[in-house]
Amino acid sequence: MKKLSKGNIITIALIIAIYALVFVLEKVIDPNSMLFIVLKKGAIYALVAVSMNLLNGFTGLFSLGQAGFMLIGAYTYAIFTIPVEYRDAVYQYFDGGIVQFSIPVIPALILAGLAAALFAFLIGLPVLRLKSDYLAIATLGFAEIIRAFFQWDALGPVTNGSNLLRKFPTFDSTLFPFTVAGICILLIVLLINSSYGRAFKAIRDDEIAAEAMGINLFKHKEMSFVISSFFAGVGGALLAMFQTTVQAMAFKSAMTYEILLIVVIGGIGSVTGSVLASFLFIACSEWWLRFLDAETYIGSFKVPLLRAGFRKVIFSIIIMAVVLFYRQGIMGDRELNFDRMLKKRQKFIEKTQREGK
Amino acid sequence: MDFINTNLPYLLAGISVGGQYALIAIGYTMVYGILRLINFAHGDVFMCAGLIMIYAVTWMPLYAAIPFTLLMTVLIGFLIERVAYKPLRTAPRMSVMISAIGVSYLLQNVALYITGGLAKMYPTIPWISNTVTIGTATTKVVTIITPILTLLLVIALVTFIQKTKIGMAMRAVSKDFETSQLMGIKINNVISATFIIGSFLAAVGSMLYFTNYAAVIPTSGAMPGLKAFVAAVFGGIGSIPGAVIGAFIIGICENIIKGLGWTTFSDAFTFALLIIILIVKPTGLFGEKANEKV
Repeated sequence: MKKLSKGNIITIALIIAIYALVFVLEKVIDPNSMLFIVLKKGAIYALVAVSMNLLNGFTGLFSLGQAGFMLIGAYTYAIFTIPVEYRDAVYQYFDGGIVQFSIPVIPALILAGLAAALFAFLIGLPVLRLKSDYLAIATLGFAEIIRAFFQWDALGPVTNGSNLLRKFPTFDSTLFPFTVAGICILLIVLLINSSYGRAFKAIRDDEIAAEAMGINLFKHKEMSFVISSFFAGVGGALLAMFQTTVQAMAFKSAMTYEILLIVVIGGIGSVTGSVLASFLFIACSEWWLRFLDAETYIGSFKVPLLRAGFRKVIFSIIIMAVVLFYRQGIMGDRELNFDRMLKKRQKFIEKTQREGK
Repeated sequence: MDFINTNLPYLLAGISVGGQYALIAIGYTMVYGILRLINFAHGDVFMCAGLIMIYAVTWMPLYAAIPFTLLMTVLIGFLIERVAYKPLRTAPRMSVMISAIGVSYLLQNVALYITGGLAKMYPTIPWISNTVTIGTATTKVVTIITPILTLLLVIALVTFIQKTKIGMAMRAVSKDFETSQLMGIKINNVISATFIIGSFLAAVGSMLYFTNYAAVIPTSGAMPGLKAFVAAVFGGIGSIPGAVIGAFIIGICENIIKGLGWTTFSDAFTFALLIIILIVKPTGLFGEKANEKV
């Protein structure tokens, strides 16, 4: 086995420390606190954002279908895990539905990913031949079609039509989404660093040159698309567990836009950036900016503008500012790399020593 | 004959909606022709026009509110271009598209804040809201006005682009951005003019559209916007007649599908059409073929 560099050891230690911290926090702080909602949702969005980054940032395919694949994942998970005894209640308009068994959580999560990946494979066959904007619009279109399809009454016995799916197993501990998202992101990172990942980046940088170097464009694009959708599907299933209910209505293109904005804020082409940005994004939109929504009085003076919805206005102005003036995002296309930091520090020390002489 | 009689209301509604989509689609197609940018915020400009009208009639009489709405919408379109797209002129295309998505997000959130999340009722514009009976179908006057007005506006626009100096500049810029700059065309003015025309037509479209649909919510613009965009792609993006024909086809097909009782799929149909056209003829019905240079 390859020996780990010092920087990698620090990274691993940091990740373990974060997990330990979450574990300890859960024991100490009230589990219903806003912090855990942000952490749970943040972890889920981190996974989806990284999966979108794999496609948009590393393969250069501008796809806007993420919400559609999340929807497939969420529904697949819900359909196969609702306990048999609740099925009559959930599928009350469809005689209990036609799926009359349920499977455990982990296989269902994998199945959710596989279902999204299968759809992605089929959609990818025609769509991935398109370029840039056309690809964006076509994937957006497919996401809308998927949404309409899942609300179709004729599929009611499976999807419950336009009604809610509920009563499927969910999670309590924040560690669950952290662990699942963590494993998935690790797999994506390993993929990016493999020879396939290098082929993806070559396609991103110059398609024609990549093709000339013997990279099978279509095969690699399809692969990136399918893998990205697999993880979006898993993310969708986690989101279903987080929300405790699923409805196709919720998976609008606005959701894809939000995830895209997270990727942009984090830096297109940076996994660490996406992860950091999704926690920041969720924390700002759900928690830190909440005070803007409350009517506030200082003495008898009513602070103007503050009322429901103001938070979102400020939030979108911040996002616009990032998009316009801070185009690199938090991380640009770099990763958190302790090796480089150590090297820099070493150089700095050497320099000061030389100057000191 | 029976088929026509039963489907006449849907056909009429389709032609009417088609005209409204056409007015929005022109904005998309012109901007794409010049900047190669899918202006995701255009549908939201359309929604803003609806909201401005609603608030305008509470302050002023209707005959003043209509020009005021047109003016304000044009101003919004102009400002969006200046603030959100102009600084990114040299940036990669993806950045500009992301900026457009950001603007769309901003406009929706501002609308949500101003309306407080409530659906606002659109004011009744006299005469065009009257009902008329054609054959077996009862409909509003707006249904008949829309296609006529759309065609008049399109003819005016095409004349403008073919005959005037700024129209000529627009054609030059859409052919070759950099060369036209070298020839002394002030591209910023041309781009602003494009956005002004697009927003103006979207405002007209919104008056006709919301007269039929009555309520405006912050996301009202998203679906018509996407459909108008599909229409623009269908007709061949960059081509104005193409966008208009595409919009009418989509409007009519969508309403006939509703008439057949497949309402769930009326939206999906539009996108299915988009995907088919993109695969069969990626440049649309009237689009020009672009060769990729190495």
